[in-house]
Amino acid sequence: MTSLPTPRPNQKKLGLVIDLDTCVGCQACATSCKEWNTQGYSAPLNDSNPYGASPEGAWLNRIHGYEVKAPGEDQSRIVHFPRSCLHCEEPACVTVCPTGASYKRAEDGIVLVNPETCIGCKLCSWACPYGAREYDYDHGVMKKCTLCIDRIYNENFVEEDRIPACVKACPTGARHFGDLGDSESKVSRLVAERGGYDLLPEMGYKPVNKYLPPRQRRADEKMQLVQSEPVKRDGKAVMDDFFRWADRLLSR
Amino acid sequence: MTQPKIDTSLKTWDEIKTTTCYMCACRCGIKVYLKDGTVKYIEGNRDHPVNKGVICGKGASGIMQHYSPARLSKPMLRVGERGSGEFREIEWDEALTLATSWLAKVRREDPKRLAFFTGRDQSQGLTGWWATQFGTPNYAAHGGFCSVNMAAAGLYTFGGSFWEFGEPDWKHTKYFLLFGVAEDHASNPIKIGLGKLKERGVKIVSVNPVRTGYSAIADEWIGIRPGTDGLFAGALIHELLRNQKIDLDYLTRYTNAAWLVIRNPGGADDGTFARNANGEPLIYDAVIGRPLSAHRADTSPKLVGEFTLVDGRHAIPSFMLLAERFLSDDYSPTKVAETCGIPTQTIRRIAAELARTAFEEELCLNIGWRDWAGRIHDKMIGRPVSMYAMRGISAHSNGFQTCRILHLLQIMLGTIDVPGGFRYRAPFPKPAPPGVKPAGKPGQVKPNTALPGPPLGFVTAPEDLLIDKEGRPQRIDKAYSWEAPFAAHGLMHTVIANAAKRDPYGIDVLFLYMANMSWNSAMNVAETTAHLTAKDETTGDYIIPHIIYSDAYASEMVHYADLILPDTTYLERWDCISLLDRPISEADGPADAIRQPVVEPDRDVRPFQTVLLDLGARLGLTGMTKEDGTPRYPGGYEDYIVNHERSPVIGPLAGWRGKEGVFHGRGDVNPKQLERYIENGCHWFYELPDHVKYYRHANRDYLEWASSFGFIGRPDPIIFQLYLEPLQKFRLAAQGHGAIVPPEEHRQRIVRYFDPLPGRHEPLEEALRDKIEFPLHAITQRPMAMYHSWGSQNAWLRQILGRNWLYLARSRGEELELCDGDWVQVISATSRIKVQVKLMDGVNPHTVWTWNAIGKRSGAWALSPDAPEAKKGFLLNHLIAELLPERDGGYRYSNSDPVTGQAAWYDLRVRIEKAEGESEISAPQFPVLKGFKGIVGRRRA
Repeated sequence: MTSLPTPRPNQKKLGLVIDLDTCVGCQACATSCKEWNTQGYSAPLNDSNPYGASPEGAWLNRIHGYEVKAPGEDQSRIVHFPRSCLHCEEPACVTVCPTGASYKRAEDGIVLVNPETCIGCKLCSWACPYGAREYDYDHGVMKKCTLCIDRIYNENFVEEDRIPACVKACPTGARHFGDLGDSESKVSRLVAERGGYDLLPEMGYKPVNKYLPPRQRRADEKMQLVQSEPVKRDGKAVMDDFFRWADRLLSR
Repeated sequence: MTQPKIDTSLKTWDEIKTTTCYMCACRCGIKVYLKDGTVKYIEGNRDHPVNKGVICGKGASGIMQHYSPARLSKPMLRVGERGSGEFREIEWDEALTLATSWLAKVRREDPKRLAFFTGRDQSQGLTGWWATQFGTPNYAAHGGFCSVNMAAAGLYTFGGSFWEFGEPDWKHTKYFLLFGVAEDHASNPIKIGLGKLKERGVKIVSVNPVRTGYSAIADEWIGIRPGTDGLFAGALIHELLRNQKIDLDYLTRYTNAAWLVIRNPGGADDGTFARNANGEPLIYDAVIGRPLSAHRADTSPKLVGEFTLVDGRHAIPSFMLLAERFLSDDYSPTKVAETCGIPTQTIRRIAAELARTAFEEELCLNIGWRDWAGRIHDKMIGRPVSMYAMRGISAHSNGFQTCRILHLLQIMLGTIDVPGGFRYRAPFPKPAPPGVKPAGKPGQVKPNTALPGPPLGFVTAPEDLLIDKEGRPQRIDKAYSWEAPFAAHGLMHTVIANAAKRDPYGIDVLFLYMANMSWNSAMNVAETTAHLTAKDETTGDYIIPHIIYSDAYASEMVHYADLILPDTTYLERWDCISLLDRPISEADGPADAIRQPVVEPDRDVRPFQTVLLDLGARLGLTGMTKEDGTPRYPGGYEDYIVNHERSPVIGPLAGWRGKEGVFHGRGDVNPKQLERYIENGCHWFYELPDHVKYYRHANRDYLEWASSFGFIGRPDPIIFQLYLEPLQKFRLAAQGHGAIVPPEEHRQRIVRYFDPLPGRHEPLEEALRDKIEFPLHAITQRPMAMYHSWGSQNAWLRQILGRNWLYLARSRGEELELCDGDWVQVISATSRIKVQVKLMDGVNPHTVWTWNAIGKRSGAWALSPDAPEAKKGFLLNHLIAELLPERDGGYRYSNSDPVTGQAAWYDLRVRIEKAEGESEISAPQFPVLKGFKGIVGRRRA
C-alpha cells in the first residue's frame, strides 16, 4: 500500500474551482482535456471502436447533466456537472495502490499515476468514490486528471498559458485553477465568497477541488410597474390616456 | 517512497500555426500544434477578437474531424444508378473537363438551368460572385433554411440584425433577455458574454420552450409555447405603452415613428408615407404647424394627431398605428397568457423589470459625440437592456414578423446601439434595408452573359421582384416571387422538389457545396431522395440530369451525386472570412480573418474555392479570365484572396492593403497581404475610437468613416423602419393597385401577411392543421458540442452524444403512460417515425423536442452500419412537409415564412402513440448506403 507525503507548512494544494452557476455544459473542457492529454504526459488516451456501434474511450474529465426538481418548486433546474479527479488531501486511491504507482505529489498535492509501475489492478478506481479514474484498456494502465502537470509548469508556454487545458478552454469562465492551500489566492477567495463546497465531505477524503453552487435565482421579485394592476377602463380610455401622454413637444 | 521524476516541460510539438476554426459558424481563431506535420493539439488564440483564447467542445475536437475516416479522397464519377453508391475514381482533369462541359452547355443555352446552392459556405463573397459571372439567378447559401428571418427582419427594420450582425453590450448591460437560442448559435461569443454577465450578477432571462444549455443557467426560464414569442413580446410592449414607459425622444430622433402615413382606405396611396416633391417623407411640425421633411434636423415632430396635407389628404404619424395595435386587447397580457403558456403576472413583471432597468438604471458614458446633423453631445446615454434571439424565432413561418416585434421592443426602450443595449457589428448598420436589389429579371438572364448584379438583394416594391409578365417566378426556388418576396437568402430547401417537378421550370445541372440536402437539411427526406432519383417517364433520363457535389466528407448527399469533387478539410486550405461575406466583426470594430493550410492534404483533393475559380476560367467567365483567355487567378483561391478587387481598392480582405501594407479598408492590392495576416495570427481587427462606438446609426463621425471604408454608400443617418412601407406596397399591389399586381391566387395571402406594422400571426401549418389530431409542437435544437451532421461522425463527439431521444414533459408522459426508454410513434400529417423517449420537467408541456442532425442514414459518414446514430438516432425531418396543405385551387405553398421564404422547421405539429411489441430500432430505416473506394476509411479497409 502506498503512503501519503507528510503535509508541509503552508502546503501548496493545487486544484480547480468549478462554478456550477455558470457552466452551460458545452463540453469544451472535456474535449480540450482529451486532446491535450492524448498527446501529453498521459498519452495516448484510448478510443475503442471509435466509428462503430459502441464507441468508448478514456476521458479524464466528463460532464454530466442533471435535472433537479426540489419539492415545492415550480420549475426544475438543470445543472451541468463536470467531473474529474479532485486531488484529495487524503486520497484512498493512493493509499490503496499496491505498487506505489498512484501517488500524491509532496510539492503541490497533485495526485498522479506512474504508468511505469501501474499494473492495472483497478483497486484505485474502486477506492475512488468520485469515479474519477479511467482505465485505459488499450494500454492496461489507469489514467486520471493530472491537472495538466505538463502544462502548468511547462516552460515552453508563456506564463498565462501555464494552466490546465480545461481552464484555458472554458468559454464561460466557469473553471478556475490555483492554490487552495493559500487562503489569499484568487481561487480561495472565490470559494469563500461563493460558498464553495466539497463533494461528499462525509467520506473524509478532503477533496482539494471545490464546486461553487448555483446562485439563488431571482425569478420571484415582486416587481411591478406603477400602474400595473389592470386598469378598470375600456381600451379606448387607455389609448386616449396614452396619446395624451405622448402628445408632447419633442425634437428631432 | 520517492516520487518519480517527471519532465513537466514536455514539448510535444515542433511548430504552432494560427488559422481559423470551421467546426461551426463562429469562426474562432485557433492555434494548431504540429509535430512532424501531424496535428497534435488545437487551442483558442488569445489574441483573436472572436474567441479571445477560449475554444468550445467542437473546436477542441477539430483534430478528429481533420483525421476523419469519412474524408473523401479522390474525384468520383457515378457509374451505377443514382444513389446506388457505385462510383469510379477519376482524375481531376477528367472531373473538371466533364463539369465544364455540362456547365458550358447550360451557360450557352440558358444559364438559369444551373442551380448553384452552397450550404454552410463561408466563402459566399466568392460563390455569389461566381454565380453572377456565370449568369444564373439560381444561387444562394443555406440562409433560407437557417436564419433569413432574423437577417431580413433586422435589416429591414434597423439596418442590423441579431445573428452575426450585432451583439449585446456585454460590458454594460444590466438585463439580458434571450429568445429561442439553440445552443450552437452563436457559440463562443455568447458563452463568453454570459460568463461576463454572471461575473457582474446581471439578470439573465431565457425565453425558450426547452430548458437546456444557456437556459439552464438563466436566472429565469420562461418555457414559452413554440411560435408564440411575438405575442409575448407584443404583450411586453402593451405593458410598456400602457404604463407610459417608452423612450419617446429616441423614437422621434431615430425612427420613422413621426413619419406621416396617408389614410385613404381603398386608395392606391393608403398606408404609404406622405412625401414632398423631392420624395422625402413628411412629419408634422408642432411649432411651425405644418408638414416638413422628415430628413430635417431642426424640427419638432408630432407623434400624435391627425393632419391634413397641402393637397387635402389626411395622414397620421405611424406611431399612432403602432400604439393602437399594441395597446389593443390582442396583446394584453391576460389575452396572450394562455396561448403563450406564461402567467399574466409574469408578463407584467418582466415588462416592469425591463422598464425599471431601461429608465431607472440609465447609464451614462462621459464620451462626447457628434450626431448626424453635426450637433455635439457631451455624453452617451444608455438604456442597459439587451436582447438576443435566433432560430427559435426564425424557424417559424411567423418568424419575420416575430423578429420585427422583438426589434420594436428594443427600440421602444431606446436600446439599439446605446451603452448597455444591442450593438451593431461592422459593416453594419446599413440603410434599412440595404440598397442592393436582386438580379435575374426576365431579360437579365442571357446566354453566355453575366448577370447585371448579384442574385441576392433586398426587394422594396413589386417592381423589384424576379417574375415574368404573368407573375411567374424566375428563380428555381421561387425566391423574390409573390410566394416569397423578401427572400434575401433564397430558399435552398425548395430547390430539389421544384427542380424535380419542373416547377417553375426544369434544370440541367444541380451544383451543391457542403449541404446535406438528401438528409438532415431536407424537409421530408424520403420524398427528397425520390426527387433526386426521379426519372422522366418518356425518356427514362433523370429529371435532374446532372448533380455535381463538393464536400470534404462522405455525407448522405454524396451518394446522390453524379460527380463528386472532394474538398479539403479546414486545416488544409486557404480561406478568407471577409467583410464582403458574413462578417466576424466585433461591436468595437470591424474584423476579418484568413485560414491558412497548416498541413498539406494527403489525398487527391482540392479546395472547393480553387476548383470553382478553375471552372470559371475553363468556362471563360469574364472576372476569372484575363483578356488573353488565360486564368486570372492561376494560383487558386489564395491568389484571388489577395488580388481580386470587387471594386477598385476594395478586396476580400480589409487589412494591410496597399503596396506597403499600410492601408486598411481601401487600398491597392498588397502582394504580401497573406504574410501580414499570418504574422498577426491570421486575423485583422480595427478598434474604433470611443466616440464612434455607439449611436452609430446617427453618429456622423461613424457614418463618415463607414462611408470612407466602403460599408455604406453615403454618410446618411439610418432611420429605423418600425412601420415598413415596402410591405404596404405589396399589400396595395394585392389589392389591385399599381402596375405590377399579383395573380389572383396569391392576393389574399399577401394582403393577410404583408402587414407594414409588426404583428404576430399564427404559424401557417399550425393554422391549417387540426390541433386536436396533432396536439403537440415538435422542435429540435443543436447540442453545444455538435454542429449539424459533421459532429456525430467525430470520434470524440459521438462518444459524448451518439444518439438522440425524444424529450417530452413529465406531465405529458404520465398522461400517455410513458416511461424513460419507451418507444413511441410520432405522427405528423406527413409521415411517422418511431423513436425512444425521455421525460423531463424543463420543457413546455405542449412541446416535444430532440437534438438535431444526430440521426444518420446507415452506412453514411464511414460509420459502421449498426452505429447508434443510425439505429437509435432519428431525424424529425421525415415528419416535416416541404409544402403546406392544398388551398383552394389546389396550389401548395412551400412550408415557409410568406414574407421571406424561411423554412418553417419549427411549425411542426405531431401526436404521440406508444409503440409496443416492435423492434428496438428507430424508424424509418433506409437502405444502407454503400461505401466506396473514394472514402478514406474505405480505402484503408
